[in-house]
Amino acid sequence: MHFLKSLALTAAAAGLAGASFAADIKPAVIFDIGGKFDGSFNEASFRGAERFKEETGIEYREFEIQSDAQREQALRRFAQQGNNPIVVAGFAYGSAMEAVAAEFPDTNFAIVDMVVDLPNVRSVVFNEHEGSYLVGMMAAMKSESGTVGFVGGMDIPLIRKFACGYVQGVKAVNADATVIQNMTGTTGAAWNDPVKGGELTRSQVDQGADVVYHAAGGTGRGVLQAAADAGILGIGVDSNQNGMQPGKVLTSMLKRVDVAVYNAMMDAKNDAFTPGFSVLGVAQDGVGYAMDDNNKDLVSSDMVDAVEAAKAKIIAGEIAVHDYTSDDSCPVS
Amino acid sequence: MKSIPRWADLALIPFLNLFLAFFVAGLVVVFIGEDPFRAMKIMLTGALGSDYGIGYTLFYTTNFIFTGLAVAVAFHGSLFNIGGEGQAALGGVGVAVVALTLDGTHWLITFPLAILSAAIFGALWALVPAYLQAKRGSHIVITTIMFNYIGAKLLGFLMNGPLKKEGSMAPESRRFEDGAQLPFMQDIAGWFGMEMTRTPLNISFFVALICCVLVWLLIWKSKFGYELRAFGFQQPAAIYAGINPVKITVITMVVSGALAGMMALNTVMGEQQKLVLDHVQGAGFVGIAVALMGRSHPVGVLLAAILFGVLYQGGTELAFEIPAISRDMIVTIQALVILFMGALENLVRFPVEGMFARLSRGN
Repeated sequence: MHFLKSLALTAAAAGLAGASFAADIKPAVIFDIGGKFDGSFNEASFRGAERFKEETGIEYREFEIQSDAQREQALRRFAQQGNNPIVVAGFAYGSAMEAVAAEFPDTNFAIVDMVVDLPNVRSVVFNEHEGSYLVGMMAAMKSESGTVGFVGGMDIPLIRKFACGYVQGVKAVNADATVIQNMTGTTGAAWNDPVKGGELTRSQVDQGADVVYHAAGGTGRGVLQAAADAGILGIGVDSNQNGMQPGKVLTSMLKRVDVAVYNAMMDAKNDAFTPGFSVLGVAQDGVGYAMDDNNKDLVSSDMVDAVEAAKAKIIAGEIAVHDYTSDDSCPVS
Repeated sequence: MKSIPRWADLALIPFLNLFLAFFVAGLVVVFIGEDPFRAMKIMLTGALGSDYGIGYTLFYTTNFIFTGLAVAVAFHGSLFNIGGEGQAALGGVGVAVVALTLDGTHWLITFPLAILSAAIFGALWALVPAYLQAKRGSHIVITTIMFNYIGAKLLGFLMNGPLKKEGSMAPESRRFEDGAQLPFMQDIAGWFGMEMTRTPLNISFFVALICCVLVWLLIWKSKFGYELRAFGFQQPAAIYAGINPVKITVITMVVSGALAGMMALNTVMGEQQKLVLDHVQGAGFVGIAVALMGRSHPVGVLLAAILFGVLYQGGTELAFEIPAISRDMIVTIQALVILFMGALENLVRFPVEGMFARLSRGN
């Protein structure tokens, strides 16, 4: 009895301590150009921040940038107003963060998809090639034509990393398969161009693709829409997009940006924020594939077994998925 | 059309337009369930309530002075330069070329060269449409707006190729070294022992003010300005009087393009200290509204530019303070102001003229 009571007291004390910290932290999150409700990358970071708010009751500040030029302004304004930690998701914040984080050494920053080497910055990157490998396997197993497609957003090494992992997964199942690859553009606008995404998808369908995977943020809406319209299957990215076109999305390559955002805020709240950089792969459940009611009829148990086996081998190191960014080249295409 | 007094033309009508614009924008805010008075207060205090806000407001103002003057100069020759966006984008390339080459020296050396280079790049981008207008009769509105797209694509190519920072995924140049970083206003205040919050307002604000004076001298105090205004008022008469239309068109557009190009000093060399893709941020188009509101007079352009600076900075603060008002809503509010101030000017003008007409009859 005494033991239980003291335990309860400790818990209450911990709760109080938590509350006093809670009053201290003022987290802020800044979204990238695709916008908060892109259904993909930015929405994942929004969900992470929302989960933190629900669990702790702590409000956070947020901002959607309109242009590249606003990145530094947004970071600096939140830092000047004493927000801490400041979390951003997007590789393009790299140089802005290098400048601003150095100006505010007492503020904690977290950045996803980019490494910024400063003592007050936590950098989180993902092994997108591993997750893409898994959905590539599923695409190849599902494809009847032997031709599958990939639509990328902006043509940068990060997105080629997705593409390369995907192709490796496809070829692991069917070495003769053809993968058609297209990129939407070379500027930030490529993240938010669903019309062009749809066009690229239709052209891939005309070339025989019957499963199309996108890694294109808001552009992906058009990809999944066009795939559903053409009667073929799409594969979503970052968030679980299976519900966007129910029954027409084979699966989604999950990239847990939400976890990275949530952890950064939660660690700051618990006074356990650590700088440095971390890599989240399939082993850490940082990337994976999405299964839910919307796609359970599309994915057979054989497919799940094969993908789970591959996942276990990746974790065990028996399958080494090549990372495009390690040498800026891809062994297969 | 001298039916209304000058003060009504210059002050009353813009004020009524502004009032209407804010009224309709307020309705939009009410429509999404937010308090319009709170939104208005955040906009005004965010833009003018602190040295931080004023710094940002004047930073945006600097952009709009350059692009507003650019449009105003062309207006006087009845040329409608919609290409400020592209000319400023190319001006940025001009600044970056100088800054990336000479940033090991001192800003006193790089700054004048960057001014020259920005002006030349902007001018060259306006020269082609000007030549086509003068020699071939291709309408300048069409060609300048098309050159905006070409400029954006060219910048996109350069930012993904020759000017891209090595090893970076983002389309941006490397950061300029100290020798090509303009002093910020807080640095300048520091020279005089004063303290200011850090804002991107920099020395190019003064260049913009000097340009206001130079444009006034050019248009109202020079022989060329006289020819330009004559050409703008009545082309056949001006040509009959011996004014060379090709020369006037080309020189006017070159001056206009140079002014638009110099905008990049503020954003590329001042604020960002590197070349990014969209450093212009739509200022080229806002310049049209600024010139319209400012009646193409440098003083009017300055005042209109300050108003738009307030709108931009206030709008950004609004997005920070009330996340329910999304970035698209902010653009809507800014667009309403532009619509009422620029395009719907006659909405207020006719009733006001009618009122003055009745008043004078009553006398």
